[in-house]
Order: sequence, then structure tokens, then C-alpha cells
Amino acid sequence: MRILNASGCLDALAAPDVARQLDVFVTKTVTPLPREGSAPPRIAETAHGMLNAIGLANPGRERFLAEHLPRLCELGIPLWVSVGGFSADDYAEMCSRLPPEEVEAAELNLSCPNVDEAADSAAEIVAACRHATELPLYAKLSAAHPDVAEVAQAVAAAGADGLSLINTLRGVALDGLLRPVLARGRGGLSGPSLKPLALHAVSVCHEATGLPIVGMGGIQTGRDALEFAACGALDAALGTVLFADPGAPARVRQELAAACAAAGVASPEDARGLAKSPETERKVPA
Amino acid sequence: MPSSVSPSPRRVTGTELVGPYTLLRLERGGLDPGVPGQFFMLEAPGRLLPRPFSLCLAPPGELAFLVDPIGPGTHALCELQAGDEVRVLGPLGHGYRLDVERPLLVGGGIGIAPLPYLAERLGGRPPVLVGFRSAEHAEAAALLPGAEVVLDPVLVTELIEPGSAGLDWEVLACGPEPMLRAVAALCPTAQLAWEAPMACGYGACYGCVVEIDGELKRLCLEGPVLDAARVRVPAEAAVA
Repeated sequence: MRILNASGCLDALAAPDVARQLDVFVTKTVTPLPREGSAPPRIAETAHGMLNAIGLANPGRERFLAEHLPRLCELGIPLWVSVGGFSADDYAEMCSRLPPEEVEAAELNLSCPNVDEAADSAAEIVAACRHATELPLYAKLSAAHPDVAEVAQAVAAAGADGLSLINTLRGVALDGLLRPVLARGRGGLSGPSLKPLALHAVSVCHEATGLPIVGMGGIQTGRDALEFAACGALDAALGTVLFADPGAPARVRQELAAACAAAGVASPEDARGLAKSPETERKVPA
Repeated sequence: MPSSVSPSPRRVTGTELVGPYTLLRLERGGLDPGVPGQFFMLEAPGRLLPRPFSLCLAPPGELAFLVDPIGPGTHALCELQAGDEVRVLGPLGHGYRLDVERPLLVGGGIGIAPLPYLAERLGGRPPVLVGFRSAEHAEAAALLPGAEVVLDPVLVTELIEPGSAGLDWEVLACGPEPMLRAVAALCPTAQLAWEAPMACGYGACYGCVVEIDGELKRLCLEGPVLDAARVRVPAEAAVA
């Protein structure tokens, strides 16, 4: 089970020693044009989670390719680029510009909760990107869709090689005077409160597609990561936990071994999909 | 980023009430106290995210932080007892430049937090002006012996009108945003320590942006101490 970061939760250029603990670094989402992002306040802690409304702040495609990508490559960490946009053409153009010798995969951000612009459908975007690049394509989906497995099947049919599950979910937090804490009003909820929703999304999408899945949403410990494996994830990504513990990638990797032993499985791969399998022998406490 | 990327557990050596604030003393261990104005992320017991604090005092073997209990995280920090452990990451960000000839320290409310350590590192007992909203809050001025203290509705900036303090003072300030903007308008060469909500303190969350050099930039990486000219002063603050 590889340990990745969730897109937008780490700046590898600002904190290279944190990024070097990862098996893969995933960039913050890159859009065609530069975006300054949302006005502050942009973050708020909630019960067992946090809200953010960063608003896809990024340097834009051209500056990313010219300035950021070469510096990221120097870090020597396998690199995935998170691609965003407002039309299928936006995504496809960026995918066609990613050098396969430097980038291991493209993650298509089809689910940012902090942009209002209507996008083309997930399957249309994936299909356009499939024509634009040979790179593996991971579709990052939202669990807010009434049937995320249906979306997963559609992007699989359109040529996605894998799924990243899940993105944040929209939420609101209020201050003492009942005003939204975030300047944008609403934001994306992340952290431990997402974990049950994320496990469900991983589970149904694994059953529906069998595609490789990067599971994320509230992973704090090795045990959490193992639960994502048990629901069908091949890899795990860390988001909010990185804010409180920049040493989390190494710690979670270390805890995974102990979590496997405690659960009676040889490895996360061994646990993959166990949670959905009816023939799993359940251990009953003596 | 400090040499260790992981927050290190530190034992609480004691706490003291200072007016409505709590001075939280931690065992220093191998942690570098850093430059005054730099900050540390302190685990807030029972909460998901750590909280940023500039260092208030650096007694031998200790690091001390001034905590204002304004929410669940800071309340939990104020309730810590000697012997408890709390995880600490730092020092982070950029502090004050100490190569100033005639320093004048200006603080407002909980913004006095970095000034005791700043005064100590500058040496020579620099003059200090501090303002508080009440007499109870002003008890914290005891951390700054010799400081000139004003209470609301008198503003600390009234003490540094050009002419009264002289124009050749180099102001190093920390306090609420309106105070910092007023200081910037009066003293365009001031060094100002700003504050913003932060989830990580090391550039990962993009939450703490402030308008710096005309664009939104992460305060944890650029500051928290910034030259006054880097932050735009709205017209209303300049005439206030």
C-alpha cells in the first residue's frame, strides 16, 4: 500500500522533507489560468474535522509547467499532477502537456467543492483526457453524488485507470454571532468525520469497477489506512492529518504493519476487499 | 521547517495566570527557541488541529507561551497541568530583524506575547508601549517591566504620533489588525507581526493567506513578521 498525500494538503517545495516520506507526491490542482483563491478566512476547525475554502489557488498551467514542475522533479519523488479546469478541453490540454518521463500519473480533480463553475460531466472529461495522453488517469470523485459507484463505472468506461476517493464534502461552520466563519460561506469538510463516508464510497466503487483506488478521507493512523484497504483501496492518501503531524506518512507506514498483525492479515494487499466479502471469517472476541 | 518534521512531545513544567491569560511553560529539551516573532505549533489537547503561538519567554531549559483562552483549543491549553505532555513543532516562519539601532516595541492585548523575548534578545531595555482593553488584561504588562501602559479607549498608537516619540525610532509591533494598520500608517518602516488562522504552520494548508506585496500569500512562510510596506494599508486606517 503506497502512501500519498491528498492533493492540496502539502507543498513539496515548501516542505521537501515531509514530501520525501511519501511514495508519491500529488500536486495541488493546476488550472489553465492562475487563481489567487478565496479571500480569508479560509479554514475553520469543526468537531472532528475542518472546513477549507482555498478556492484552487494555483499558479496556472503555464507557470506550473515552466517553473514548478522542474523544481518538483528535482525532489526525486514519483509525481502525480492534479489537473483541474472548467471544460473537458481544459483538462485534456493540461494532460497533453504533462511530460510522461517526469510525471507518473494525472489525477483529474472532478470534484472540487470550492468552485461554482459548471463543468462537463466526469465521463466526458475523462474521455477527452484519454485521447490526450498515455499517462495513467486517476479520477478524483466526490461522495456527494447520490450514486458514486455509477460515476465510477462511467469514468471507468471512459478510460480512467484508477479512482481517488474521496474529495471533501461541502459544509458550513458558524461563529459566535451565527455568521459563517469562512469568508466564502461554505467550504470543504475534511478530517476524521469523513472516514465512514469515504470507506463506503471506496467499497461501492471497488465492487462496481475493480479499478485501483487511492483511498482518502480522515486517515489518521495505520489502522485507518488498513480499513481503506479492507474496503478495496490499493493505496492510501493523507490530507488533514499532515497539518497536525508532518511526520504522519512515516508514522502511518510504520503503524500499518502492527495494524495488519492485530487484524490477522499478512499485509494491506492481503486485506484488500475483505470488508465486502461475505466469506470473510469474522473474529469473535473470546 | 525545523530539523525534525514530526512534532515533539514536551512536558509542561508549569502554568501561571497573567491577568486573563495563561503563561504555559514547557520543557525546552532540544528545541531551538528561534528568533523572536517566529512561532511554534502547539497541539491543542482533544482537538484536531494545533494552534500557532509566538514564543513569549525563553527561560533556561524552558519555552513559555502566553495563551488567551478564546476557544476550545486555547482553553484546553490553559487547563494543562505540570507533568502533562503536549506536542510542539517549531520554530517556524520569519521573526523580527534584530539589527535595529533604536528599537521601540509596541503591543496590543495578547499581541504583547512575543515582546518579552524580543526585549530580552534586543538587550539594553528598549522602550515598550502597550495597550489593553481592561485593567485585568493590563496585568500582563508585568511581563514587560518598565512598559508604558494605556487602557481602552486610549490607543497605544496615540503614544507614537510623529513628534512625541520621534521619527527615528524603529518600531517592532504585534497586536490586533487595526492597531498594526495604524502603526504601519504612522511608521512605514515598522516591522509588524501579523496573525491568521493556521492549520499547519509550514505552508501545507494554504489557510493563512494575507495580502502581502499586493497578492494573497501564506503568512506562515512569508511572516508572521513583515515589513510594514509589504502589507497594504487601507485609506481609512491611514487617516484614523
